[in-house]
Amino acid sequence: MAELAYEATFDCVQCGYCLPACPTYLTMGKETHSPRGRINLVKMAAEGKITYDELEGPINLCLGCRACEVVCPTNVQYGKILDSAKEVIQQYKKETKKITKRAKLFQEFVFDRAIPNRKVLSTAASGLALYQKTGLQTVARKTKAINILPENLRTFEKVLPKVERKKRENHYPAKLKPKFRIGFFTGCIMDTMFYDINTKSIRLLQEAGCDVTIIKEQTCCGALQNHSGETEITKRLAKENIQAFEKEDFDYVVNSIGGCGAQLVEYDKLLADEPEWADRAKRFAEKNVDISVILSQLELPYEKEVNRVVTYQPSCHLSNVQKRVNEPLELLKSIPGITYVELPDKNMCCGSAGIYNIVNYDASMEILDEKMKHVEKVNPDTIVTSNPGCHLQMKVGVEREGLAEKISVVHLVELLAEASGIE
Amino acid sequence: MNQEELAQLLKPIIKDEKRILTDKADLYSYSYDASFGVHLPDIVVQPKSAEEVADIMKLANEYKIPVYPRGKATSLSGGPLPVHGGIVLDLSTWNEKLEVDPEDMVAVVSPGVITADINDAALKYGFIFPPDPSSSNVATIGGILAENSGGPRGLKYGVTKDYVIGLEVVTPEGEIIRTGGRTVKNVTGYDLTKLIVGSEGTLGIITEATLRLFPKPQATETMMAVFDNIVDSGKAITKILSSGILPSKLEIMDQSTIQAVEAYEPLGLPVDAEAMLLIELDGHPAAIKEEITRVEAVCEDTGAREVQVAQTKEEAAELWRARKLVSPAIVREKPTKISEDATVPRSKIPEMFQRLKEIREKYKIDLVVFGHAGDGNLHPNIIADKRDKEEMRRVEQAVEEIFKAAIELGGTLSGEHGIGTLKAPFMEMELGAAGLDMMKRIKESWDPNNILNPGKIFPKPGQRLVLTDG
Repeated sequence: MAELAYEATFDCVQCGYCLPACPTYLTMGKETHSPRGRINLVKMAAEGKITYDELEGPINLCLGCRACEVVCPTNVQYGKILDSAKEVIQQYKKETKKITKRAKLFQEFVFDRAIPNRKVLSTAASGLALYQKTGLQTVARKTKAINILPENLRTFEKVLPKVERKKRENHYPAKLKPKFRIGFFTGCIMDTMFYDINTKSIRLLQEAGCDVTIIKEQTCCGALQNHSGETEITKRLAKENIQAFEKEDFDYVVNSIGGCGAQLVEYDKLLADEPEWADRAKRFAEKNVDISVILSQLELPYEKEVNRVVTYQPSCHLSNVQKRVNEPLELLKSIPGITYVELPDKNMCCGSAGIYNIVNYDASMEILDEKMKHVEKVNPDTIVTSNPGCHLQMKVGVEREGLAEKISVVHLVELLAEASGIE
Repeated sequence: MNQEELAQLLKPIIKDEKRILTDKADLYSYSYDASFGVHLPDIVVQPKSAEEVADIMKLANEYKIPVYPRGKATSLSGGPLPVHGGIVLDLSTWNEKLEVDPEDMVAVVSPGVITADINDAALKYGFIFPPDPSSSNVATIGGILAENSGGPRGLKYGVTKDYVIGLEVVTPEGEIIRTGGRTVKNVTGYDLTKLIVGSEGTLGIITEATLRLFPKPQATETMMAVFDNIVDSGKAITKILSSGILPSKLEIMDQSTIQAVEAYEPLGLPVDAEAMLLIELDGHPAAIKEEITRVEAVCEDTGAREVQVAQTKEEAAELWRARKLVSPAIVREKPTKISEDATVPRSKIPEMFQRLKEIREKYKIDLVVFGHAGDGNLHPNIIADKRDKEEMRRVEQAVEEIFKAAIELGGTLSGEHGIGTLKAPFMEMELGAAGLDMMKRIKESWDPNNILNPGKIFPKPGQRLVLTDG
């Protein structure tokens, strides 16, 4: 039975120091859409003063970027409060049939079966690749057939990366005595849409002296499900992943996905109440790191200059949950030839936030517009990201501002690979 | 009047309906501040011009509806709480104007501008806006003005009221007036500017302010001094100030505060010391270089066991880190923080510390003391759990006794947080019946229908301090 994290709300002294850090407070200008406001509403709902229906809107409009946690002077566990609210609301909607049977089936299919399922995703990817390769994409765009999609989906259709899947090995041995033994976490959406970035990540790790293994049995991290209140599905996926990676004795489990990484490092919190899993989850969580953490400790075989003016949009989940702020930035600055310009207010979320930009399209675009004003101030030719969601969102931003000719969006790994001569 | 009728009356006034909030979730979001209590308004309005505010006040007068102005609700005294329901005027989204005039050395701002943004804008011209309450990155200038907030720099630079020379104000009866102007000197009639500043939103609604700026000090020096005996630290403070040196900040942390910070994050603080002073000087680099050695000598003469002067900016930041960590450190064991700001004359600081120690023991409360020792503005903070009713009653008694102690020592109830709802019951204790009555007469003449922020400053008969919800 799901429960609101009522006790945790008492840790909030309502000082309001979180307000300037909250993107939705900034764009919507209402206390209701601030961290302090949401924590209070969770408390009010737990006390029966407002209904779950009244709580739902403000909770759904939270990006979950958790920038508020970083600035909170009293260390309120906002993530815990938010997750509890999402879980309770989701459960309530199922019980009261507020969610239609079709929507429920669809959600269950997507979260429970499709995303975590390699075959389904790879079929989808092939479809996407086919759609792009056969020229169907061009035809669809030219004939405006694309306009049958709602605006939010149409927007993202435009910026989908070119999906190409070349066969990948399961093991990439280090050339000399390995510096670290690494299990690589591929992620599901990432490995579908940004397959190439994963491959480059693996090659970079290998070139830097790591022994890299891709465990077949790994599955989806569960982040999207968790953010939608499907805690039980998340727990099940977490256990599958823990079990899968326990098979071998890795020094680290590495990923290139800020959002997934954040979920993986919080498996310990997720499973804290299950005695037979708590310790295993903690060990697993401790081993999980972003690729930038490993690469910044090793030497990369840089062989050419990358003469670009770059700015960096950090992944909120990489900064605020994984707490990796310096590693990606230092790595980026270490690339020969690079000119780094700092994005004003770079810690503000870009509005991607998992599937937020699809389900809360308007709210997301308002945040993105703020973000793009900052981008235009520093005038880069490249925007660097560290998470596929942010990557797509920034591409949308560039597209919306009509800057697609001028600014490219890349994952940090792509620049590192370019400088290291990895194709 | 019910909410729907009220909304209908407001719609012709407010240009954009999105700025009228009626959802229950919204009402609950404007029902609190950083102090105590939840009070539901009937409606929330986000005005964007003096005309809108004036029309709302006229309407409120006609129907006798309470109006509660609100900035970012960081108030620690209950200033924006809508204790009688009615309309919350959320002024925080009205932040369009922030103009710096380097020739007149003023900034002209809308009420919703964030205080720290004014300082940042001033810095571009080589000026500062000195008021620096710890909430300055959040709080609106409207709120800061209404509460006449202070901050660490108050010792040298004074408080908010010292930097306001002109206001545009909407009166409770809906007239738009201008007070003061753009000049430092202005003795034309009563000083309404200073009357409005610190009136906690009970006399008028500030819709624009003209603020004085100050040249940016060229450099700063920072030092820390550790004392085995808290009375000695008090002597050090008075001796530094009487030696002709005026630090920009002079902060104190008592033993329980030092211990809490060290337990929270080990910085190597002296946990066995009774007090620690953090001192910052600002001004011409050569002058403060010489002054800091004099401060060092004074501290040593008065019994400091250790004195440390920061040699680099990083070292200075490291020293201030201990003070910055006080907030998270003290709420580690229990979540509720009752932050007081009783202020005493500088010479009475050691005595106040003694009284606080007695109060801590008498009521068996968790009390830590830190604050702006240089101007006598201490922050006794009681740490409790508001779910524990028995503990909260002891806390209420202790708070009452802290106020008494401050007044007996020639001090005041509030140095910078304001009276609001929390300290109203003690007003007569400090001001006497006649003194309080004079204030009340001012309120009555400005606001004959008592509709602007009613329930604040002036106690109801028999009103007592209440820190539990309800």
